[in-house]
Amino acid sequence: MTREIRLIEIREEILGDNKKVADSLRTKLKGHGIFLLNLMSSPGAGKTSLILRTIEQMKAEFRIGVLEADIDSTVDAEIIAATGIPAVQIRTGGFCHLDASMVMKGLDAIDFPILDLVIIENVGNLVCPAEFDTGAIKNAMILSVPEGDDKPLKYPLMFSICDVLLVNKTDYLGLSDFRMETLHERVRTLNPRMTIIETSCKTGAGIDMWSAWLAGEIKIFKNQGSVHDE
Amino acid sequence: MHELPVMQSIFTTVLKHAVMHNVKKVHAINLLVGKLSDLEAEWMQRYFDYLSDGTVAAGARLNIEWVPAVLSCEVCHTRLEIDKANLDGITCPACTHKKFKLVSGREYHIRNMEAE
Repeated sequence: MTREIRLIEIREEILGDNKKVADSLRTKLKGHGIFLLNLMSSPGAGKTSLILRTIEQMKAEFRIGVLEADIDSTVDAEIIAATGIPAVQIRTGGFCHLDASMVMKGLDAIDFPILDLVIIENVGNLVCPAEFDTGAIKNAMILSVPEGDDKPLKYPLMFSICDVLLVNKTDYLGLSDFRMETLHERVRTLNPRMTIIETSCKTGAGIDMWSAWLAGEIKIFKNQGSVHDE
Repeated sequence: MHELPVMQSIFTTVLKHAVMHNVKKVHAINLLVGKLSDLEAEWMQRYFDYLSDGTVAAGARLNIEWVPAVLSCEVCHTRLEIDKANLDGITCPACTHKKFKLVSGREYHIRNMEAE
């Protein structure tokens, strides 16, 4: 018997299954009018501090929930829960990122249909989270000043997929050779339309601009939803 | 860095098609991967070997066609191929503008497999 080698066409996206879950999650969120924000950065850039500042600034106007991803700890979720905001910890069990099905489980663990805004604090990592669609409406990232202005050169994918960049820890600017103009130029090469906002979670500088951007995006999203429903 | 979940996805897709086509053995899998991805060919193969051990896909070779990272100038639409290791100070060779749209380099695609 001859063994015949066949060429079998597959033609599928490698992360196609995750994309399908992410798209169906977005449809569900649109139906409920819930704005899901995926917040990414390297470890220690200030994700939890930014979320705390955002809650403080926006909780009077929006009902907020937080999904905290961590490889194996619950420290961040405990800090958020102490503010009285619904928060759930998603342990990724060693994985370096969140995917859409993990986010879906996390949302089911909080009473998400009553919320206006859910913030995902993704795993601290500038590589893997850029490849996995979480189902979020917008992607945000933080780059902190001590990390340096060269990060767009090292992690181009992350900088190219985000809608907004927060340059955090601007209170360190005087202590470093970080050049804001150089950063802008490097970001614009791959993502000319990215919104860039300078913040310091320590002093509170720029938090009003960030909150205004986020509130604006939530309103645009909610209006699109209602137009769509009619 | 995230080769394992990516390879898990490839492996699941390959097995699904192997069952559909009554495959006895997979010899090779042909992939299209953009150069902007952070995947390393050596680790992709190692993780694939680990996942496929004892299945019809055991021993299959991963053939990766790397898709170049190409930018298009926002102003004059000139296209230029870029090197991920050399992204600083890119300017359009035609009009010297510095803002671009990414045209390719993010591909993540399974094309086909060679099997019996």
